[in-house]
Amino acid sequence: MKAELMVHNANQIAKYFASFPHEEAVAGVADHIQKFWEPRMRKQLHEYLGQGGSGLHELVFEAAKALH
Amino acid sequence: MALLQEIDFGTPKHISSTLETTLVTLEIDGKAVTVPAGTSILRAAVEAGVQVPKLCATDSVEAFGSCRLCLVEIDGRRGTPASCTTPCAPGMKVKTQSPKLAKLRRGVMELYISDHPLDCLTCAANGNCELQDMAGVVGLREVRYGYEGENHLQAKKDESNPYFTFDASKCIVCSRCVRACEEVQGTFALTIEGRGFESKVSAGNKPFMESECVSCGACVQACPTATLMEKTVIEKGQGEHSVVTTCAYCGVGCSFKAEMQGSEVVRMLPYKDGKANHGHSCVKGRFAWGYATHKDRITKPMIREKITDPWREVSWEEAIAYTASEFKRIQAKYGRDSVGGITSSRCTNEESYLVQKLIRAAFGNNNTDTCARVCHSPTGYGLKTTLGTSAGTQDFDSVDEADVMIVIGANPTDAHPVFASQMKRRLREGAKLIVVDPRQIDLVKSAHVKADYHLPLLPGTNVAVINAIAHVIVTEGLVDEAFVAERCEKAAFELWRNFVAEARNSPEAMEPITGVPAADLRGAARLYATGGNAAIYYGLGVTEHSQGSTMVMGMANLAMATGNIGRRGVGVNPLRGQNNVQGACDMGSFPHEFTGYRHVSEDGPRHLFEQAWGVTLNPEPGLRIPNMLDAAVDGTFKGIYVQGEDIAQSDPNTKHVTAGLKAMECVVVQDLFLNETASYAHVFLPGASFLEKDGTFTNAERRISRVRKAMPPLGGLADWEATCALSNALGYPMHYNHPSEIMDEIARLTPTFTGVSYDRIDELGSIQWPCNEKAPEGTPTMHIGGFVRGKGKFMITEFVPTEERTSSKYPLLLTTGRILAQYNVGAQTARTANSSWHGEDVLEIHPFDAENRGLREGDLVALASRAGETTLHAHISERIQPGVVYTTFHHPLTGANVVTTEYSDWATSCPEYKVTAVEVRLAKKMSDWQKQYLELRQQTTQIGQGAGQPVETGVSR
Repeated sequence: MKAELMVHNANQIAKYFASFPHEEAVAGVADHIQKFWEPRMRKQLHEYLGQGGSGLHELVFEAAKALH
Repeated sequence: MALLQEIDFGTPKHISSTLETTLVTLEIDGKAVTVPAGTSILRAAVEAGVQVPKLCATDSVEAFGSCRLCLVEIDGRRGTPASCTTPCAPGMKVKTQSPKLAKLRRGVMELYISDHPLDCLTCAANGNCELQDMAGVVGLREVRYGYEGENHLQAKKDESNPYFTFDASKCIVCSRCVRACEEVQGTFALTIEGRGFESKVSAGNKPFMESECVSCGACVQACPTATLMEKTVIEKGQGEHSVVTTCAYCGVGCSFKAEMQGSEVVRMLPYKDGKANHGHSCVKGRFAWGYATHKDRITKPMIREKITDPWREVSWEEAIAYTASEFKRIQAKYGRDSVGGITSSRCTNEESYLVQKLIRAAFGNNNTDTCARVCHSPTGYGLKTTLGTSAGTQDFDSVDEADVMIVIGANPTDAHPVFASQMKRRLREGAKLIVVDPRQIDLVKSAHVKADYHLPLLPGTNVAVINAIAHVIVTEGLVDEAFVAERCEKAAFELWRNFVAEARNSPEAMEPITGVPAADLRGAARLYATGGNAAIYYGLGVTEHSQGSTMVMGMANLAMATGNIGRRGVGVNPLRGQNNVQGACDMGSFPHEFTGYRHVSEDGPRHLFEQAWGVTLNPEPGLRIPNMLDAAVDGTFKGIYVQGEDIAQSDPNTKHVTAGLKAMECVVVQDLFLNETASYAHVFLPGASFLEKDGTFTNAERRISRVRKAMPPLGGLADWEATCALSNALGYPMHYNHPSEIMDEIARLTPTFTGVSYDRIDELGSIQWPCNEKAPEGTPTMHIGGFVRGKGKFMITEFVPTEERTSSKYPLLLTTGRILAQYNVGAQTARTANSSWHGEDVLEIHPFDAENRGLREGDLVALASRAGETTLHAHISERIQPGVVYTTFHHPLTGANVVTTEYSDWATSCPEYKVTAVEVRLAKKMSDWQKQYLELRQQTTQIGQGAGQPVETGVSR
């Protein structure tokens, strides 16, 4: 997947959960990506975060810590 | 089974609920009969096995009392009242036969026959004509008036409709057709024109094709003579046996009797015992079945090395062996996860189940998805999150008890016509209606139906509207506090209540965003919350948005907040686009879950499947359709098995889809026709139509109905048999003797299906899941007394505007939808006479926008977005608001999805088909994409013949 599309998709998830209390929001983003993103997509996300994660919503940064 | 003749009880069973429990006992021809109060004598007689002659009465319409054949004598009453219009009374003694009655009836028949053609032996209704039957029943032996008097025998025949004729010379003016059009269909296209001898049935003084008639067939079915007659019966004669099966079009899932001559269908008649349609139909299911034997059907397997090669016809054995070897080669070279497959909502439950089983067990990954991805996947996510399961909450009949309906992003009269007729009937009885739609759909205003509120929102602002409605309910004290306290999670509710109560969610604050006048929105919200039983019905105008899942949750929030869930007349009801969307989702077609919506990471369900299937299963979610295509472009996904789906036409951003398909090394398409995806395929496996196989479909109300084989598969194998063959060739054995065995396996592995079997479906007619020990006869209404997830969960639904915005370059918003005569990508309906009504997709544009661009009715216009450009003809219409344009997506050459973007729902990747920023301008020629499409189509649909000489297929466009 193109990096910009991946960032867009991850941020969309974050924007949905952003209105929830912070802890719930972080857990929500992590749970969603864990449940619905195929491993190679999660791998791409991790690699992208490793390169700085430019453009990613702050909730995605926090949620990524909980991802396998 | 022999030709199935259902009993005609003469008058409907419909009885007012206050009288329903009161029974009356009377005597008819000496037989004691007990019936509910309000039942007609005619119906009571038929229930008691007594046949009373009749012509103008039939049980699909209310009694009319005009033919004077069903006269009876009642002890103590004067005269000979019509039994169809006389209700039963306690102690009544009725005589249906007497010399006096016989004389009267014979006299009536004499008059009828004196003005009726005596061509019975060459008449299409011969042997199936109620007038003929009644002549025999009353013992008509002579017509004293002769046949030479003034008559209608030279009346002109109307053959304008492609499916049926109207032969006025045979009309007895019983008015059954007129009443069927009004009461059953609710279109009011027919009337009786003139008086006395001049009385005649008229479609508004126009030929049927030019009239308001929607060709539902209700009039044809109601006609007691050959006046209204199917052209197929005129051409071929009557059937000799019937097969009861389920329609393969929309999610209503109508039950039909396929009337057959051997293995040839003569006509499809809606089945009265069908629980979804109660004997009604629409132009698609009733008449548009000719595609099943269309000359374009591909009936031999074909393979080719490159998509630019001509197709080579091969045996099933060779096709299956080649496919298996290709998938094995690809997996050996690129890894286990480099292949996947797609099931289709057009296929049966059993077929969807087998395809996902093949992918999980034989491919060894979870790269399975279904076309519900692009329609109702947000329904699955939203309803499961809030209520606990991915399904609509009611049966269709629940609408009979609704006092208020909200129709959001759905166009039932076009997309779910049979259910729309049921809705309209309830609206005529006085139920209130709120329509939330950018366009003035027919329900907003049509014959005897007028919406109390039409909220014409701007595309992309659903969530803003639902939040504003919730704001009114919360801030005006309209919450059903007792329901919420008892049935819902308190903390989540409080969070939601505080969120929607914020001033930024008020109708006034949202009006500039949604375009909906705040006063109307407040009125609609109050009506929904306080108008009695309130039911939400919605369609793809809800789901196909970047906030599709949010909107589904928003609607569930509303239903919970007002206590409009868990009983009849209420609920949250998705109107499913295709016949088996619900079923395909139920069957574990999504990459993250097994049957019954259990996530693959859950050990319990996974171990259950591992044990049953004898393999180790992957606990990680697989790729969704768009992700498969992304991965293909990236080079990590190389092979796909597509059963009954046409992603090259139906999925968004066609250029991206075709790039993904081109990047694959083995694309296998199993379909009836060489569809658009087949242009990129290496293997084509002939699919079987719904008439050619056994199985089940599950409709929008969770109703599992049988699909019964009426003819052998034209390609030799039913789809489930082909999947088994492929699995066996891949080394994973699949051996089933009949689809019933597949359903038995599904029932063993799925808690909501444990009570489902073919025998049980035959016994009950159909079954709504859950069907198990707790609900042995199924579950018409869900969430009674408690939600599937326990307590209902309110979810915050922040409005996040789509990133697809208008600009100076693309100043209009395009939204899409369906039209009555066509169905989805047109593969079926475009190969029938339904194209007489809708031969091409057109662009609806408001007069203001048209004038600004110098466009006139019928002009060829270019429709351009940042994704692509196509051309189509303009239709100037005030049904669409200024700033918004609308088209359908039924024809491949239009390529509506060339224009749609890759934006999708945040939770499910369901494409945002309903919002695309576009510009429209006058065009002189078709777009480059369309030219390339035609060239590619020409190149990729060649079938090799003899010594490799390619010939063009007969694909008609």
